[in-house]
Amino acid sequence: MGNFIGKRSLSSAIALAGLVILVFFLARLTGDPTNLYLPLDASLEARADFRERHGFADPLIEQFGRFVVDVLHLDFGESIRKARPALEVVLEAFPWTLRLAALTMAIVLVLAILIGSIAAYRPGGVFDRLSSIISLAGASAPDFWVAIVGILVLSVSLGWLPTSGVGTPWHWVLPVGVLIIRPFGLILQVVRGAMITALSSAYVKTARAKGVRQRAIIFVHALRNAMLPVITVAGDQAAGILNGAVVVETIFGFPGIGKLMIDSILQRDFAVIQAAILVTAIAIFLMNLLIDIAYAMLDPRIRHG
Amino acid sequence: MTGATTRPLAAPDAALPPVVNPWLAALRLLLADKLALVAAGFLLLMALCAIFGPALLGQPANAMNLRMRNAPPFDLENGWLFILGADALGRSILARIVVASQNTLSVAAASVASAMVVGCLLGLIAGYLGGWLGGLIMRLADVIMSFPSLLLAVIVLYMLEPRVANLVLVLAITRIPIYLRTTRAEVLEIRERMFVQAARVMGASSPRIIVRHILPIVVPTLITIGTLDFAFVMLAESALSFLGIGIQPPEITWGLMVAQGRGYLSQAWWLAFWPGVAIILTTMSLNLLSAWLRTATDPMQRWRLEQGGRRPEWRSGG
Repeated sequence: MGNFIGKRSLSSAIALAGLVILVFFLARLTGDPTNLYLPLDASLEARADFRERHGFADPLIEQFGRFVVDVLHLDFGESIRKARPALEVVLEAFPWTLRLAALTMAIVLVLAILIGSIAAYRPGGVFDRLSSIISLAGASAPDFWVAIVGILVLSVSLGWLPTSGVGTPWHWVLPVGVLIIRPFGLILQVVRGAMITALSSAYVKTARAKGVRQRAIIFVHALRNAMLPVITVAGDQAAGILNGAVVVETIFGFPGIGKLMIDSILQRDFAVIQAAILVTAIAIFLMNLLIDIAYAMLDPRIRHG
Repeated sequence: MTGATTRPLAAPDAALPPVVNPWLAALRLLLADKLALVAAGFLLLMALCAIFGPALLGQPANAMNLRMRNAPPFDLENGWLFILGADALGRSILARIVVASQNTLSVAAASVASAMVVGCLLGLIAGYLGGWLGGLIMRLADVIMSFPSLLLAVIVLYMLEPRVANLVLVLAITRIPIYLRTTRAEVLEIRERMFVQAARVMGASSPRIIVRHILPIVVPTLITIGTLDFAFVMLAESALSFLGIGIQPPEITWGLMVAQGRGYLSQAWWLAFWPGVAIILTTMSLNLLSAWLRTATDPMQRWRLEQGGRRPEWRSGG
């Protein structure tokens, strides 16, 4: 197991390094932040001074060398926009997105497993058809549109929910409700497919012949074996939210990593972009590691090493 | 030569199955699935809108009429063009949706087509030749897949200017790995099959084996994925245009129309509502058609459509 974690960490570290290099140069290609932060009539000296102070005056390679040395010392530089350490800004936003992703995935998994299992029990039945229509609609709906219509109906017309912010639990209803839709449709299909396969397998017939109760067959015998593909897809979807639910966070003014990233890109706040990408990449790596460990726990035939 | 050759070579015509026109056969399979038929009809309508819409309705789509500002929908007094209402400058929303279908659909079509062609080519190289070049291609695909695609799009669109061509480029690059991996996996499996080996023994060149023996099996799979991907790319383009980094005004797409209507949400909901409905109906049709394609191109599943389209009740135990 330790060997496996070491190998995975090494290959992820290489990919991560590639990612950081790519982001460093791509971000700098988007333009010079000087024009954005100084007034139009700023003197040439003021511009030169700004570049000097933020280290944009040196050749790109030199900037990169300094960046690498700093990152190895866990120093991600200073956010131009907020005049605070970039890592601090990112670590402030990240827990919000983490909570959003955890809440969303928890609800999605419970709903999708319950409904998908019942649908798989009678393929072609009323419940199955209903669930396939729901998942089809979920996969087809643009999230920004659902968010807007949600605001229109629940906030503007009925006045039940706040439109943006994170003050009370009520603020979470709309963002989570919108984020649930696509992963739910997708995972519902995966659960259904895997459960149909599991329910027609030999060990389920054996359990049935032994007189095990129907509910135990579905939720204990079959479900455990159907969980592997479900976990894979769920991890993928969770990574998508962690990477920044940019659209949803922007619409609902949610102070998470997605909104931070897009604001930082718009404002050429390079240090924050780099720190945000590195932090989310590490979080996703850790999550994938947990998923691999979960595989081994669910299916003893899988041995990492 | 093995057992199967006992059949007389010069069999009478009656022994052969009648030659069917493949298009006719496909049409019969489509007629068997009512939902897919409706979806295909709707997509055909949208395609016609995209091709002829700007020529037919381009003028009313851009004609401002301040007397009609934010005119509500379902008001027939204003004429059929204003059945879905008018936007903040008094332009017909129906006409604008029809005109915007060209940009929306052509961006998605161009992205999917180029991702499919490039992905298929690279996949063939990686699968058929392998070696260090194949390894390099696969690592490249891994890098693209590990990069958050929306972020990539945002950065690239900021670096280059947000023009249609650049939007297509970004969307295509993020989708290439899907086709690449599918093609490579299929090629790896197909090239070991007996008929490919037989072709090679008979002296067929590599290009001939690829074009005549491998591609015909890979392409249907890619097209099925492409239909599904079309919906995904359309949603991605809409999201980018909604965020203001996709297509720029005065060009319009459905995503941009939703974004523009967002500011008038409390006074005129129809501005943002109808373009979203257009997006949903189109992506839903694509998803339905893709499900039908999956069944129709799978020899193990096709009987479901051939037997009158009734979905048989198969219990889990069977």
